Amino acid sequence: MKSGSRLEKVLTAGEFAVTAELGPPQNANPESIKKKAQHSVGKVDGVNITDNQTAIVRMSSIGAAAIAISCGLEPVAQMVCRDRNRIAMQSDILGAAALGVKNILCLSGDHQKFGNHPQAKNVFDLDSVQLIAMVKKMRDDKQFLSGDAIKEHEPRLFIGAVENPFADPFEFRVLRLAKKIEAGADFIQTQCVFDVDKFARWMELVVKAGLHEKVFIMAGLTPVRSHRALTYMKNEVAGMSIPDELIERMKAAEEPKEEGVNICLEMIEKIRNIEGVAGIHLMPIGWESITPVMLERAGLLPRPEV
Amino acid sequence: MIVADRKPLEEILNSIKDYDKIMLMGCGGCVTICFSGGAKAVELLASQIKMARKKQGRDIEIVQCSPERQCEYEFIEALKKDVEPVEAILSTACGVGVQTMAVQYPEKLTIPALNTKFMGYPVEHALWEEKCAGCGDCVLEWTGGLCPIARCAKKLLNGPCGGSSDGKCEVDAETDCVWQLIYDRLKSLNKLDNLTAVREAKDWRTSTNAGQRKVKFEEAML
Repeated sequence: MKSGSRLEKVLTAGEFAVTAELGPPQNANPESIKKKAQHSVGKVDGVNITDNQTAIVRMSSIGAAAIAISCGLEPVAQMVCRDRNRIAMQSDILGAAALGVKNILCLSGDHQKFGNHPQAKNVFDLDSVQLIAMVKKMRDDKQFLSGDAIKEHEPRLFIGAVENPFADPFEFRVLRLAKKIEAGADFIQTQCVFDVDKFARWMELVVKAGLHEKVFIMAGLTPVRSHRALTYMKNEVAGMSIPDELIERMKAAEEPKEEGVNICLEMIEKIRNIEGVAGIHLMPIGWESITPVMLERAGLLPRPEV
Repeated sequence: MIVADRKPLEEILNSIKDYDKIMLMGCGGCVTICFSGGAKAVELLASQIKMARKKQGRDIEIVQCSPERQCEYEFIEALKKDVEPVEAILSTACGVGVQTMAVQYPEKLTIPALNTKFMGYPVEHALWEEKCAGCGDCVLEWTGGLCPIARCAKKLLNGPCGGSSDGKCEVDAETDCVWQLIYDRLKSLNKLDNLTAVREAKDWRTSTNAGQRKVKFEEAML
């Protein structure tokens, strides 16, 4: 075992893994984490704690991850390259591991332009691929990026990365995934899948390249409550592929919430049958309570004992 | 070339409000080419300042001057006589020119009339784009001559982020994603192999992080 995390155990055992997202609050209140956590305890194999997503200031992912652990959840602490240099990142990696974090997800990070401090100076000392390599070096070579030895208690982390099968250039996306694997990614969570056909085409390329045998790929899924959310993402979020039929179907629905869940369940079913997919990552933005309902209906509960 | 843009007139007027006799100092180098600081720009700015000050009922005397380059002592040291009678110097050079003047004439305050933007070139008439960030460790050899340090909003070295869409950058829909361009260029050159290896963390010591940088050309040292 690289980390001994539950997520690692589930994936290694060949079980279909489930993670969900938990966004920290824009304040210092631990209760909001605890409240959101109750929807996921015992229902998922890990919760992603986002790191100032969309560049909006929130409670730190590591702080929130520590609270999640106290609630009985296993966090996947996200870490972006936007706000910290290699010194601060390695320091936070040690701190996270010391607090009991066993999974880390390495991302470049949304540009500060999209957040509430567009005046900020960004860092990007490392990019996401280099961050992955750094975490692996700390774990496997017991060395800091500088080459200095970590003489004891190296951070044992299960290393995650993200990939967006819907961004351009499409052909490069598989090459980039291969780079992340070479750098040391153990698992991949993808951008929200709404266009299952395009995702399937990407997975075909991934399988053809044999990458599914080197890394666990989890498909990102977002249940939506209204057609407006889809239209917004289609128009405003770069690198999203949202078929018009889906928007029409949500528009026509008498009970949009129920339809949103149905659509997501259909996608889970399709995605489970795509070769090379090892699990799903749920991102019910602002709708955490739907996670256990969806998983129950998808037949993904109870979670396996590992 | 160095590309610079004129500050708003209001800001310039405010910065010279204490003076009634100034030298307006242009530059015949890069800023002439990008229209912001050559002899013509000096002429225009001088008349705008005079007009504005006339409206305020407080005339200003402006000595105009535009040497071949403002960023080398040899081009500006001959101006001593012109500089002596003025109260301050307003410079339409880049930040380098302003600082050269400040050192050459320490008894006078040299005030910038431009915001120095970047190193780049005109991609079409009257439109300049940033092309080089002066990072001190050039990567153009393996990127097909397109710089991700200067042109990617995240300075990525291992390919495009998830926000590259239809060839454009997520930060600005008018800006090409340089990683899309790099990919296309290397593909056409049959050099996509350049992108398969993991590019290690960049050593930023050659960049602006270690304080002022110097270049010494040993062979030419006297």
